[in-house]
Amino acid sequence: MKMLIVDDSNVIRRAIARQVAGSEYEVRSAGNGHEALQVFDEFSPEIVTMDITMPELDGLSCVEAILNKNPATRILVISALADKATAVEAIKRGAQGFLLKPFTAEMLHTELAELLID
Amino acid sequence: MTEDELKVFVLGAARFFSMMSQTAAQVGTPYLREPAESVMSDFSAVIGISGNRRGCVYYTAPRAKVEALAQLFGETNMSDDICGDVVGEIANTISGNAREHLGAGFLISVPVVIRGRADDVQFPDDVPAFVIPIHWNGHRSTLIISLKDEPASSRAARTQ
Repeated sequence: MKMLIVDDSNVIRRAIARQVAGSEYEVRSAGNGHEALQVFDEFSPEIVTMDITMPELDGLSCVEAILNKNPATRILVISALADKATAVEAIKRGAQGFLLKPFTAEMLHTELAELLID
Repeated sequence: MTEDELKVFVLGAARFFSMMSQTAAQVGTPYLREPAESVMSDFSAVIGISGNRRGCVYYTAPRAKVEALAQLFGETNMSDDICGDVVGEIANTISGNAREHLGAGFLISVPVVIRGRADDVQFPDDVPAFVIPIHWNGHRSTLIISLKDEPASSRAARTQ
């Protein structure tokens, strides 16, 4: 299964890639929303993990743009923004899950599993 | 800033370390930074705040601590780029988590990372800066909160 990791933090991109290493995922990553859309077109991932606060194109706008390209994409928003309104907005824009930073590998695996069940 | 608002950042810092490591951090009592006090360390990140508050949140740490923190993210590469990214992510996480209490109107920027001792960072004269010492795993780092309320009338005027 193909996974695209989108986060402006290289440390977070690498951490998520390590946490899913050895599982069924083939991983690519992007550092902002614009880059994510380019990689999405080339790579056609089934799953996307998406940060919100990023330069150039924010994550919520990118969620919409990705779902316009392929509505079947499963998107897990991973963000430090802890207010309820942000999580609600992410789901409203079409994300299937929301994981608050900081998170553990176990929490990530649980969210990814739920994303696939849904 | 109220005491309760400062507590949001104290608890946020404690939460970050308890989630990320087996060792809890001791988050010290916040104190008001003296104008001549040097608080910045080897790697620093600044988050600009707008919306219902104005100001900045800073996180700064010595290289040895940043390298220890990088290991929590699974890093073995301790380049300057990675160390800068680590302090940026910590500042972003603590600031973003504060929205649970300060609301969605507490807008945070992407982090600006400063490598090297940023002693020439200018703190605004008209906004008090509170220093929150964080002791974890034998290392000290510092969170600095410099925020003031932004009344709705000022926000409206700023956007015109």
